Amino acid sequence: MTEITDTAGRTPDCPKDLKEVLDPGRYADGTVLDLAGPLADGEILLDEVIPARAPWSAVVKSGQVLTIVDVGGNQSGDFLLYNAQDTAERYSVPDTIAGGGNVYVRTGTVLRSSLGNSLATVIANETDRQDTIGGACGKESNTLRYGHHTTSEHGCRENFLAEAAKYGMGARDIVSNLNWFMNVPIEADGTLGIVDGISGPGKRVALRAEMDILVLISNCPQLNNPCNDFNPTPLRMIITERA
Amino acid sequence: MATVADQHETDTVGNARADARAQGGKAAAAMAYRPASSTPYPPPGVDADTLTWAETVAGGNYAHKVLARGTRVRLEDVTGEACAHVLAYNALEPWERLNVADTVKISWQAYLGTGHPLLSGDGRVLATIVSDDSGRHDALCGTSSARANQARYGDSAPQGPSPSGRELLTLAAAKHGLAPRDLPPSISFFKGVRVEPDGGLTWTGSAGPGKAVELLAELPLILLIANVPHPVDPRPAYTSGLLRVHAWRSRPTAPGDAWWDAAPEARRAYLNAADYCAARGL
Ligand SMILES: [Zn+2]
Repeated sequence: MTEITDTAGRTPDCPKDLKEVLDPGRYADGTVLDLAGPLADGEILLDEVIPARAPWSAVVKSGQVLTIVDVGGNQSGDFLLYNAQDTAERYSVPDTIAGGGNVYVRTGTVLRSSLGNSLATVIANETDRQDTIGGACGKESNTLRYGHHTTSEHGCRENFLAEAAKYGMGARDIVSNLNWFMNVPIEADGTLGIVDGISGPGKRVALRAEMDILVLISNCPQLNNPCNDFNPTPLRMIITERA
Repeated sequence: MATVADQHETDTVGNARADARAQGGKAAAAMAYRPASSTPYPPPGVDADTLTWAETVAGGNYAHKVLARGTRVRLEDVTGEACAHVLAYNALEPWERLNVADTVKISWQAYLGTGHPLLSGDGRVLATIVSDDSGRHDALCGTSSARANQARYGDSAPQGPSPSGRELLTLAAAKHGLAPRDLPPSISFFKGVRVEPDGGLTWTGSAGPGKAVELLAELPLILLIANVPHPVDPRPAYTSGLLRVHAWRSRPTAPGDAWWDAAPEARRAYLNAADYCAARGL
């Protein structure tokens, strides 16, 4: 039996059987899965593949770099950050937008907190831009967006609530988020929406923590819009630290 | 030199009591009017006896109220220099609150205007913007932080000359048992921002004095308002004018109303709110 590795010969951890999680036959026809690797040098402290549809969380210490790999391409990773020492301070979409003077997230964007402080900085990004306007999908909001027939579908809000509960957090702590590898253009008259993605298999984004941060991610299970190419696939999370 | 103390005779409890009581009945440019029907500025066409809230909010100050479902709230930018930063919560389950991302995404529209439903994260409409003659609003930049106001104006404290929106909303929230973790991104009225093709922000500022926005409460609401400069207001001086607030009894959006059927997403948001209220016996 051959071990599954990336091109550097590394085998990421995975809460499920990695071979199954990375079996293209489990996904839509033509799915390409590319594990890529870290976008920053240094010792790898954590390396894990999040199966499609699942939540995930970790603490990234100040100065460490988190690389997120879009393994299957155009897979939305709904993302929240908190000050790990005091989660009442958390990611703020408007402080990030007003602070950076731009609604799109790119290399150099500082991800700001509800107190206006720097939580993390995007230090590398392999797609044109990332989204922080589109929020998260959820069981309730799906009924508005697509109809009440979606009532039994799982959403990112549910992933966030389940993962936040591990840290004693609840509905009060789930705020508007980032969406790695999701494409939400805003047109001149203010019309906006989720459209076909501009990422691809193995594309990455990397952030440097500016304080100790708790990150929550929902590997988006949405099947009613193009945020996952209608084909939820795994994400790879790698934390590195420079020697 | 004359001091404020010279105007008061407070050397005994009896004199202090008389002095305190002599202050009642005075008027100020910014104040609450009680009963609401006594407002000097009744909104046109509104029966004063139906008013439930009448208040003028100073620049750099805040206001808050618990409102029944079906209440109509009018915010007026008296001088053209107000900016009303607003948060709304389901008063019965306040962990249900304004979700700005859902409000813009589900309506397919980043700019707030007449007919825009203000959505919670629970798939319900909290309030509808039912009237707007300003058109200069913002759902992207939130309100100001202590850090930003200290950098821009040298001070951010509620007791200082340039309070931040977040610090004022923290106080307003606390008066309803809500903590800083209960302050999600807010929206603001009367100062506009537009998004350029590259994602950059362009300030469009004020539409001038006397402009008004009206909100209709579709659930019982806790409404918090901070009246402070918009976070990307480019003017170096802390510029914040009077905001007038009136609310009166009306009725929530119902089938047959224009907003109910304006969009399929909104219709389902109204349906979900009506379903919630029916189940709770509201
Ligand atoms: Zn999602």
